[in-house]
Amino acid sequence: MTDGYSEKVMEHFANPRNVGEIKDADGIGKVGNPTCGDLMWIYIKVKDNRLEDIKFKTFGCGAAIATSSMITELARGMTIEEALEITRKDVADALDGLPPVKMHCSNLAADGLHAAIKDYLEKSGKK
Amino acid sequence: MVSSIYMDYSSTTPVDPAVAEAMYPFFSEKYGNPSSLYTKGREAKKAIEEARQEVADLIGARKEEVFFTGSGTESDNLAIKGTAYKNRKKGNHIITSSIEHHAVLNTCKFLEIQGFDVTYLPVSREGLINQDDVENAITGKTILISIMHANNEIGTIQPVREIGKLAKDMGITFHSDAVQTAGKIPLNVDELNVDLLSMSAHKMYGPKGVGALYIRKGIHLEPLLHGGGHERNMRPGTENVPGIVGFGKAAELAKKHLPDEEKLVILRDSLIKGILEIEDSYLNGHATKRLPNNANFRFSFIEGESMILILDMKGVAASTGSACSSASLEPSHVLSALGLKPEEAHGSLRLTLGIGNTQEDVDYVVSVLPGIVGKLRMMSPLAR
Ligand SMILES: Cc1ncc(COP(=O)(O)O)c(C=O)c1O
Ligand code: FES
Repeated sequence: MTDGYSEKVMEHFANPRNVGEIKDADGIGKVGNPTCGDLMWIYIKVKDNRLEDIKFKTFGCGAAIATSSMITELARGMTIEEALEITRKDVADALDGLPPVKMHCSNLAADGLHAAIKDYLEKSGKK
Repeated sequence: MVSSIYMDYSSTTPVDPAVAEAMYPFFSEKYGNPSSLYTKGREAKKAIEEARQEVADLIGARKEEVFFTGSGTESDNLAIKGTAYKNRKKGNHIITSSIEHHAVLNTCKFLEIQGFDVTYLPVSREGLINQDDVENAITGKTILISIMHANNEIGTIQPVREIGKLAKDMGITFHSDAVQTAGKIPLNVDELNVDLLSMSAHKMYGPKGVGALYIRKGIHLEPLLHGGGHERNMRPGTENVPGIVGFGKAAELAKKHLPDEEKLVILRDSLIKGILEIEDSYLNGHATKRLPNNANFRFSFIEGESMILILDMKGVAASTGSACSSASLEPSHVLSALGLKPEEAHGSLRLTLGIGNTQEDVDYVVSVLPGIVGKLRMMSPLAR
């Protein structure tokens, strides 16, 4: 099981960054994993078109928690446009890869971020 | 300091040093082929027959009724396919349960493709099979009933004796997978009314890759393999002599250790009591009709693989039935059969004890688990 998890994955899993909710979030992305039934919620705070703050809550495996943590690190400080370009591959690569059966967990993180941005754009009438 | 506590004895057990010692000469010293007529061959043959006697004694069988195989999985395959193929003309119906080990379930699924009909009986919320369901499932075409003695995940002990009696009265062959009970609780094939019984050495402080099938005198099976006549044609292939010798030694020790295994109930109940103090935690399986060494919990709002990973960092080896931890990404079929929703099965944790565990181990796990559950709940969108 840990077999195949890189040190980076284990490090993020053991010390996840940006756990929690943002009370007055500008956008919230709530996504579920159809494969195994896990959930990921991403909260963002946007200022001057940049992701000023980002937090997550995840119900899922070690990879799901590590990818959540990683995507919050990647996206923090990015512009909306940059953040929308983050792919699941970027997340997996930043974690030095994921075991094949766990690749779908990285979808969750990318989808969660994109859903949060979409929510923000809709709420702020930018879309 | 990171501790090292093994609480996954139902997955496998360490080989008892006395077992390893008994096996050792059979690699490079007493390496003869048991089929050979000269001294070295006879020496190996004798060792196999002594091991057969030990295994027979463990389950109250006659020596001639014990056949060595390559694993518990193979024993299950031989029992089920062997009966099905042999009795094809008599009927094509098999009764089993929905919580069997995959070695039984997937064998039955394979037979379905070949035209056999299989009834997978449901279980109660506690994981027990209802004898009436077995009785009602029997048809004129039923050739085999296969019900496990105790479940490997939730530890539930089935009413095997009663189901066996039913099968006996109806003249139907009865198989029980006793991989999880052999060496853990007293076993007697006559009391249990079984015709076929599967065992595996590595679950009872023996080596991996050796199993045995008890075949009651008068029960005929079609072998799975064809070859040189070993194991009285039931399982041809030059015998795994060191493995079989190890199994024999493990069976001998298991008899002596049965009281210790049964005493694990005290540790188990202490573990259960301590862990159920955690909010929104539940015990899976039956409160009393369970293996002395099995504790299986579920914790709301969190996922099992994450729990296992953190426990591992704290030096505790355990397992889970969560979908995320399985290759198929489906929750454990056993937990699903209990009626648990996927998200409930998700937060499952199995701790299985062995004779290496102490009260200190239990206390340690009880002391670290609340923090682990709390940490994961803090991260969970589902937690209150
Ligand atoms: C109930 C049960 N049956 C069968 C098996 C398979 O035994 P083996 O690992 O020897 O193939 C196991 C162990 O995984 C088991 O727990
Ligand atoms: S979230 Fe279920 S496998 Fe990763």
